[in-house]
Amino acid sequence: MSTIQLQSNSPKGDLATKWTQYRGSMNLVAPNNKRRLDVIIVGTGLAGASAAATMAELGYNVKAFTFHDSPRRAHSIAAQGGINAAKNYQNDGDSTYRLFYDTIKGGDYRSRESNVYRLAEVSANIIDQCVAQGVPFAREYGGLLANRSFGGVQVSRTFYARGQTGQQLLIGAYQALSRQISSGKVKMYNRHEMLDLVLIDGKARGIITRNLLTGQLERHAAHCVVLATGGYGNVFYLSTNAMGSNVSAAWRSVKRGALMANPCYTQIHPTCIPVSGHYQSKLTLMSESLRNDGRVWVPKHIEDAKAIQKGEKKGVDIPEEDRDYYLERRYPAFGNLVPRDVASRAAKIACDEGKGVAPTGLAVFLDFASAIERYGNAEATSRGLKNANVTQLGEEVVAAKYGNLFEMYEKITGEDPYKNPMKIYPAVHYTMGGLWVDYNLQTNIPGLFALGEANFSDHGANRLGASALMQGLADGYFVIPYTIGTFLADEIRTPAFTTDAPEFAEVEREVAERILKLKHVNGSQSVESFHRRLGQIMWEYCGMSRNAEGLKKGRQMIRDLRDEFYRDVFIPGDIEDYNPELEKATRVADFLELGELMMLDALDRNESCGGHFREEYKSAEGEAARDDKNYTYVAAWEWDDNDPSVHKETLQFDNVELKTRSYK
Amino acid sequence: MSLTGIFLITFLPVHLLGNLQLMASDGGELFNTYAYFMTNNPLIKFISYGLYFFIILHTVQGLMLAAKNRKAKGSKYMVNTYSNKSWSSNNMALLGILIFAFLCIHMGDFWFKMKFTNQLKTVSTYAGYEGIAIKDLYHRVSVAYDQLWIVIVYLVGLVALAFHLVHGFASAFQTLGLNHKKYTPIIKTLGLAYSILIPIGFAIIPIYMYFT
Amino acid sequence: MKLNLKVWRQKNNKVKGAFKAYSVEASEDMSFLEMMDVLNEKLIADKEEPVAFEHDCREGICGSCNMVINGKPHGPQKGTTTCQLHMRHFKDGDDIVIEPFRAAAFPVIKDLVVDRSSFDSIIQAGGYISVNTGQAPDGNAIPIEKDLAGQAFDAATCIGCGACVAACPNGSAMLFTSAKISHLGLLPQGEVEHTKRVKNMVETMDKEGFGMCSNMGACEVECPKEISIENIARMNRSYIASVFGAAE
Repeated sequence: MSTIQLQSNSPKGDLATKWTQYRGSMNLVAPNNKRRLDVIIVGTGLAGASAAATMAELGYNVKAFTFHDSPRRAHSIAAQGGINAAKNYQNDGDSTYRLFYDTIKGGDYRSRESNVYRLAEVSANIIDQCVAQGVPFAREYGGLLANRSFGGVQVSRTFYARGQTGQQLLIGAYQALSRQISSGKVKMYNRHEMLDLVLIDGKARGIITRNLLTGQLERHAAHCVVLATGGYGNVFYLSTNAMGSNVSAAWRSVKRGALMANPCYTQIHPTCIPVSGHYQSKLTLMSESLRNDGRVWVPKHIEDAKAIQKGEKKGVDIPEEDRDYYLERRYPAFGNLVPRDVASRAAKIACDEGKGVAPTGLAVFLDFASAIERYGNAEATSRGLKNANVTQLGEEVVAAKYGNLFEMYEKITGEDPYKNPMKIYPAVHYTMGGLWVDYNLQTNIPGLFALGEANFSDHGANRLGASALMQGLADGYFVIPYTIGTFLADEIRTPAFTTDAPEFAEVEREVAERILKLKHVNGSQSVESFHRRLGQIMWEYCGMSRNAEGLKKGRQMIRDLRDEFYRDVFIPGDIEDYNPELEKATRVADFLELGELMMLDALDRNESCGGHFREEYKSAEGEAARDDKNYTYVAAWEWDDNDPSVHKETLQFDNVELKTRSYK
Repeated sequence: MSLTGIFLITFLPVHLLGNLQLMASDGGELFNTYAYFMTNNPLIKFISYGLYFFIILHTVQGLMLAAKNRKAKGSKYMVNTYSNKSWSSNNMALLGILIFAFLCIHMGDFWFKMKFTNQLKTVSTYAGYEGIAIKDLYHRVSVAYDQLWIVIVYLVGLVALAFHLVHGFASAFQTLGLNHKKYTPIIKTLGLAYSILIPIGFAIIPIYMYFT
Repeated sequence: MKLNLKVWRQKNNKVKGAFKAYSVEASEDMSFLEMMDVLNEKLIADKEEPVAFEHDCREGICGSCNMVINGKPHGPQKGTTTCQLHMRHFKDGDDIVIEPFRAAAFPVIKDLVVDRSSFDSIIQAGGYISVNTGQAPDGNAIPIEKDLAGQAFDAATCIGCGACVAACPNGSAMLFTSAKISHLGLLPQGEVEHTKRVKNMVETMDKEGFGMCSNMGACEVECPKEISIENIARMNRSYIASVFGAAE
């Protein structure tokens, strides 16, 4: 196997001016030529919809694809808390550099400097753009934009729209996309799922899709292909991802030669509603913004925890001195607002010690009692009330800030979070890994680009809160519309592709065979049951903490499960029909390969960093211990059914000093 | 719908005031001279043709709307637990048809007979109208209201009107875009009072005349 | 808890559908869709075709899920989507009738899945602010009154699920359309195109085969985001103004 030379293609020069200079000197495509160039965009979440809209505005012919019934349903919509931007509206010392630094540090020094700096730089433009589109961000009484804080930072730079920021941003992008659809510049394909990538002479020139209504396979050709297909957290079965989120578009590209970078970097979000039973189909996130006011704790004594687990005691019954506010105790500088990976691991440790507070033993408290009291007192003072009901006043303030989250918690658990502390536990939320891309967001396959969560580039080994929305929109609105020109400028003489090329026929045939093979297994177990088992293996051996022995075992278990899948899966219904079970089957088939690669990557990375915690590599205090000497690189994997191989891109840090991450 | 509806709503109290004169114990003088005025004044005549036109327009519009909406709904649910929809708002078309049928009877009985037949006797001795042959509509009305079945038909028509108004009054304002946090509740209360009081006002007349 | 379901089964839009009875063993901590998952797992185990229904985020925000449960879109709990409805609101032995959203503009695709692309057409007719990427002034250039922003937000919470259409005996999409018109029209950024937007969106709504509003108010009761019919009045006002207003 030949080694692929991974070129980051980061332009030379000073970090702070690099992007501006590059943008001013890169090859452009003239407007009359843009009209002649076709671009396929797969996925219409934040990154895909914003890219499709912007590229259509510029004049490219865009074909956009989503497996949903409408571009408005992508899972970006579920992001609650907010979006970061280095606006420094609060005058608290924020700057592009600080956002860049926080992101690099939060990512445990495993991301590419130049990409992250660019992200921080364009973050401010995103807010402007979204406001102009009519996104109703939260405002102060003076009419200006409001901010709040998120984990891992000491400034207030998060813009938000109640607890529905993702929804409002996605609707903004969806509307911009709709405008281009009505102008005819974007041809929208709803209910179409990409099942393979078509290469012609080594360049990405098209895709094969399945029309989910009719089951027909279709060929679509273009000068280049952009993937904005999200992350792969659903490999764990239980995650905060939507039920339909999948890796297939990215994974099919990997099987055509693209590289998967850092697949083991998984973000486990600390504040999710705990699992309540085996039937559970997904986990629900409680926004990180809750940690602004909520205090995380478990009982100091195991006996108290046992009593709570059995339902003999409640959280409110435990006196103050018998509670362990472990985040405040262990990380006084950041307290409850430590980054996600740190908070998640701390919760796991507490539960592993037997101090969990749910019947399953897997939950910690997130308590708003002191916030309610504090706000209540402040409110009583400011209104000049003497004998006021402080608790009620405080509850009103908390309701105004987090009302919809509290309501959602109550709907799901049936418990009132104003009266009893919330129970939370970490759950898989986001995947930092993804397709390897260079500075232009181009994969190692010429003409194939990846945006948003689908690529690996900006968050290193751990993503900070409110940065996913920022990255999706940065890539879609402000990066790809420029950088795609570096590829397309050389394509202006290439005539529009037709789908008659033999390459299309060949790939379509392979897809049809693959589907037929799955259908013909005609076994006895449902796709769902395989997915659930895969998730259990992943969570057990490649979850919040990992070790070499477990990873080896896990890898083998997945290979066995994959064999069993192809021997015994049962897919009801017809191939050429609306068939959700068949859709699931093709996705789970890909997860069954990706899962193995994640185990392998985690095994290969003999250090702990960010979301990747190897039990063998920790400090005396139990914190993650990086190995900068040997592992300051991006692991980009080339798939092979028997033995995937790794290609390395060494990470250069010229502007920040690699330090042990400390939030103490 | 809303504009024609509001016009018809404004007509009702005027009509009621006129009709209340039926209960004046004067053998019909007041009422008959009023009816004479209403059928001979050119301005009122003009308005009344407008009224007929609006009644027909409102009916036609309503039927077209009902047809369009029926088509837009397509198939129906097996379980129908309509929420927040009062019975009347869900049955406006049915109520409208009932009211229209009632109007046909009503018009045929009085208006048609008065204008286009010579079945009504005349009186030419009313003060101020000496020598003018005024048709004794009062007599025709009192004959009609002595028959129980006619009284019942009227009461049914008025109940239908009441329910039609319960929805129609406030609805007209909403359709015209007049919805306001402060004023909408007032409009709704007014509408409810109107829908009850006006039909009761009309109902008193046949009942009173039946029993006297 | 044991539940007796009557579920609408329909192979596709060309054939007629019918109800089929099933019984399911559920637990009260399950969401309604997890109860449907249990049913489907059972059907698959019996080598039958599972019930097709749409769902995705299962957090009440994507607007995919759509079922009429005992005559109510998204079921009995107020302000709640089907995916957030939990079985603790039902009792052991309950009969539950599950139907697809019904409206001529939402043709059935299969079982409980309907085609809601007519909503996309309405948005494409003008549910946006015409600003290209990169043209925007600074985010704080136009201060917006907090209450006004809040009002716009209330309308913007629409998830495009179509419960309003499903609940409306007229199959009208006025609540959906007016929510978008309010969201954009209340904000200074969106005011510029307001008149044109209202006219185009309302006309598209009619063209897509939705019914007319007769102010029954069922939509606002069933809306999982509790969007008010005040928005419809606002749209009517603007539409009247756009028709009788100055010629373009």
